[in-house]
Amino acid sequence: MSALARTAAESAAMLRRNLKHQRRYPSATVMLVGMPIVLLLLFVYVFGGQLGAGLGPQLHAGLRPRLVGPGVQPAGDRIAYLTYVVPGILVMAVASAALGTALWVATDMTEGIIDRFRTMAIARGAVLTGHVLGSLVQTTVGLAIVVCVALAIGYRPTAGPLDWLAAVGVLLAFALALVCLSAALGLAAGSVETASNTPTFLTLLPLLSSGFVPTATMPAGLRQFAEYQPYTPVTQTVRALLAGADPGGHALAAIAWSAGIALVGYVWAVRLYDRRHAAAPR
Amino acid sequence: MTGPDRQAGQMTATPGCPAIIARGVEKSFGKRRVLDRVQLTVEQGSIFALLGPNGAGKTTMVRILSTLIPPDGGEIRVAGHELPHQAAGARTAIGVTGQFSAVDNLLTGSENLALMAALRHLGRAQARQRVRHLLERFELSDAADRRVSTYSGGMRRRLDLAMTLVGDPRLIFLDEPTTGLDPRSRKTMWQIIRELASDGVTIFLTTQYLEEADRLADRVAVLDHGRLVAEGTPAELKQRTPGAHVELRFADEGALRRAAALLQAPPPEDERPVLRVSSDGTLAALRRLLARLDDAGVEVEDLSIHAPDLDDVFFAVTGRSAAQPTIEEVAL
Repeated sequence: MSALARTAAESAAMLRRNLKHQRRYPSATVMLVGMPIVLLLLFVYVFGGQLGAGLGPQLHAGLRPRLVGPGVQPAGDRIAYLTYVVPGILVMAVASAALGTALWVATDMTEGIIDRFRTMAIARGAVLTGHVLGSLVQTTVGLAIVVCVALAIGYRPTAGPLDWLAAVGVLLAFALALVCLSAALGLAAGSVETASNTPTFLTLLPLLSSGFVPTATMPAGLRQFAEYQPYTPVTQTVRALLAGADPGGHALAAIAWSAGIALVGYVWAVRLYDRRHAAAPR
Repeated sequence: MTGPDRQAGQMTATPGCPAIIARGVEKSFGKRRVLDRVQLTVEQGSIFALLGPNGAGKTTMVRILSTLIPPDGGEIRVAGHELPHQAAGARTAIGVTGQFSAVDNLLTGSENLALMAALRHLGRAQARQRVRHLLERFELSDAADRRVSTYSGGMRRRLDLAMTLVGDPRLIFLDEPTTGLDPRSRKTMWQIIRELASDGVTIFLTTQYLEEADRLADRVAVLDHGRLVAEGTPAELKQRTPGAHVELRFADEGALRRAAALLQAPPPEDERPVLRVSSDGTLAALRRLLARLDDAGVEVEDLSIHAPDLDDVFFAVTGRSAAQPTIEEVAL
């Protein structure tokens, strides 16, 4: 068996372990998947009518339609806002699932079985890879549920299958980035309590992006921040793709941010995981 | 065959080469020196017990030898691999059962074992067979599909060891394998350890129970405040230790006083009419002793021979009784 095949088999075993954990501790999963849905319903039904009416044409200002036809500009203020906010909620779902990674990793590090893994002849990264893949599976499930709820309440995107595929690809790339970063935060936390707090900013940043209202409506300073932080290009790319429009430069920025954060997060996480070898016994 | 793991494990099992050699091992955590020039050799196929009270550095030694943490200094070879830089090689030969159970509480017993089989790259059929066999051997078949969080302490410890055995290690570290177990579970664990040793597996165990080291180990090393204070077979250690004596019980005070005068023995420590006389416990010595008493017309009601146990050993080498509870134990 080649080294690569062995590493893959070991990571797969760790992934199965984490998926079992998720199933047997469903309250965490329900919380993490439920949060974006609550936000979706809140923003669409409580704020949506007013936001849709107030923002009007600004909601579609950034989109350069490739397809012009019925449905690109949906009728009704609330539906218009729904169409605007769904990409923001999808990004929020990605961030929410990533919160879980820090918790899972930090909880795992308190278990004696991690010491057993460390004394076994298995790939260094297998434990972390298992966590990362497990969280990506959870993210995918979360995204599917958000899309179903959105469709159920009247979301009618005009995207074709390829646009959908591209949008899912961008979301999962960003998910990989946040999950790696969150895994590192979970390892850096040192306790499960800390690990449940430090990654919270991951779910606050979407509110300060183009996820819920166009950045043009924000005051100077905040607007610049919102325009240059990573959530905005990701949201804009998904928004354009789901509207059947051209994401333009946002797509490149989204991929670059995702790759950069993923790399930093993964390297940081592996280093932290290795360094715990030198820790004092409990 | 299970690929490179297996081959590496066999390669290192060179006959005659000790399973563990440690020379001058040092480790400090901050300013606290936990291990101070520890030196030991464990022969293949033997049971080696590292004995010491809480906080002596036993767990740190196990963590170093099992590749979990690097030493600050010293030379270590485990299964022929030099630590810490050949840790990966050593890991193919060792199995570790830690003091804090290294099991996954959210998984069932058989899932835990299956996870180990997957990580050891056993084939599907072989994995299933190994899991079933280990569940039976460790009397866990009935609990196989229950989550480990519902297991008792003894079951958890047995599963822990079963998980270690999935990879067929030739050298097993057991950190306090029976601490906190009830007497019956402890006996079961001892039985399992003996069976492993008779299969040729080398066992390195730590314990704070002198009886355990005495009953199980071929060689014992006593660790106190990070220093090895004694090392040898249980018999050698006892021989080196003063404390062998004969206890003579008399029917009345008169006989006791006459015997005490005759043997120049110290007066009894308590109210009982009992004399303690130093003796190596051999038959010849006993015969001489009884003949002297007979000649003086002193009748002995009862007699018992006390060989020094490891408690005496510990007292002799550290000046303290190992039975003295430490602060942590009292706090518990």
